[in-house]
Amino acid sequence: MSNVETTRAPFDPAVLYRALFLAAIAIFVLVPLLATGLGGFKSLGELRVNPFGLPRHWDWQNYADILFSKRYWQLLRNSLIISTLAVTLTLIVASMAAFTFAHVKFWGSSMLLSYLTLGLLFPAATAVLPLFIRVRDLGLLDTYFGVALPQVAFSLAMSVLLLRRFFRDIPYELLEAALVDGCSYIKFFRYVTLPLSRPILATVGTITFVNSWNAYLLPLVMLNTDELYPWPLGIMVYQGEYSSEWHLILAFITLTILPTIILFLLAQKHIVAGLTAGAVKG
Amino acid sequence: MARRIASSPSLGLVDAAATAPVAVRGPAWDSRYTVLILFLPPALLLFTLFVVLPIGEAAWYSAFNWNGFGKPTNWIGLDNYRFVLETRAFWLALRNNGLIIAVSLLIQLPLALTLALMLAERFRGAVALRMLFFLPYILAEIATGLIFSFVYDGDYGLVASIWRFFGAEAPHLLASTDTAMLAILIVIVWKYFGFHMMLFIAALQSLDKNLVEAARIDGATRSQVLRHIVVPLLYPTIRLSVFFAIIGSLQLFDLVMPLTRGGPADSSNTLVSFLYNNGISRMRVGYGSAVGVILFTICVTFAFTYKRWFMRDE
Repeated sequence: MSNVETTRAPFDPAVLYRALFLAAIAIFVLVPLLATGLGGFKSLGELRVNPFGLPRHWDWQNYADILFSKRYWQLLRNSLIISTLAVTLTLIVASMAAFTFAHVKFWGSSMLLSYLTLGLLFPAATAVLPLFIRVRDLGLLDTYFGVALPQVAFSLAMSVLLLRRFFRDIPYELLEAALVDGCSYIKFFRYVTLPLSRPILATVGTITFVNSWNAYLLPLVMLNTDELYPWPLGIMVYQGEYSSEWHLILAFITLTILPTIILFLLAQKHIVAGLTAGAVKG
Repeated sequence: MARRIASSPSLGLVDAAATAPVAVRGPAWDSRYTVLILFLPPALLLFTLFVVLPIGEAAWYSAFNWNGFGKPTNWIGLDNYRFVLETRAFWLALRNNGLIIAVSLLIQLPLALTLALMLAERFRGAVALRMLFFLPYILAEIATGLIFSFVYDGDYGLVASIWRFFGAEAPHLLASTDTAMLAILIVIVWKYFGFHMMLFIAALQSLDKNLVEAARIDGATRSQVLRHIVVPLLYPTIRLSVFFAIIGSLQLFDLVMPLTRGGPADSSNTLVSFLYNNGISRMRVGYGSAVGVILFTICVTFAFTYKRWFMRDE
């Protein structure tokens, strides 16, 4: 990088190998995605003979039918409601707990924090049957909250850890000064901590949103009514109905992952930072 | 930490008493307890109710033969565990989880590391490629599974058309006990290598460049620098990446369902899909809870041992 080259470097085969390798991996990643998107424009007959290439004539009907169907929008709406619930509740509950752990010294604080971090150690699947019975006994089966509340509970451990780390870096003198001036902890939380913590709130929000938006197992167990299904459940039902009409299924897949891809392109930096930060700092 | 001790609340309040009206002491301390009473319980309650208690209940329910309705009364002790361990499909699932871990460590991790080393450098298109490789990670497992069940489809799929191009009979990869798991393993690499690559890129970018520079000035070759400086500096990240690969494999489920549902003949189950197929979908609460407890034990034992052995210093 820093070595100054006076003469142009001779042809380096390593550069060529690297380019070929990267191109091969790029093709490996792209082809299934492109074939899915393009497949939605083909007829079933053409898909059979030409699954890779551009469609011979672009058939917009598959996409249009789905876009004008109530079903597609209902699935997205359900997913959006569940994810929004999960994100909002996680941010409120986790930031309050994280604030207490970061700024209030009390007996048992570190014990309670380790108690919460137990949640990092095992996946929701291990306890999904008792979880189902609990949600049923609470009367939350087949409701949005029946899905969102367990999701919040399982995202708490990571969220509290990330938020507490950030909150702790807010200078203690600030809190001290505020308290001296008669500001309460709660007001400090509301008017100083939260506004200063937008980046980490965005990170935690992103992690929770992506997890909730893509979740399958919890909604599968907790929901019985088609009208409440989020899109991962809905798309499995759709695939069951149109079992081998791949052109329709491909169009449906494309349209359901489109929101994720658009969001990713718009906010790639936050998403990458969020999802890897959650991992690295956890 | 030192600053925190130096400016502990008591010290602050002494200062406060000296400079501000005495009344200040009241609200600040009151509000401290208000915070404790208002801010902690929601998190603790949710966590206890939906995470901790269910795990405890799983242990309790696993001692019953129970279909989930009424109260569990039919106590059968450890029989559920015996039934699980006597199920061949359980051992197949365990083996498959082992296979996933092996592929993650032997193929996915080296691939991710190689790509990270290439893409951590600045050149035209590097950022775009990073994003492209990361993209599969944010797609839902369900969507990924469906995309690949199309790719592998024996009649319409991409693989079939390649086979037909060479004049061979198209295989139904997902319908054969020999190839179903292999097909899933390829999807796993496709979906997750980008995440591990990003972990490595983040680590590479925060690496101390002086060490590399110094070694280069001392005459080390590129590959020597790589082998003796860069990779050793990445060990913490490699350990982390291994940790995620293993924990991720133990909870893999969503990807399996659209591809094979664990079939054919249970050949591609993971532990969680085994739990779903044999416990949840048939409401065999006792049996399913026993599988859950086993999975929980594996996860926790692994996490603690791994942290103790490999991540002591972090």
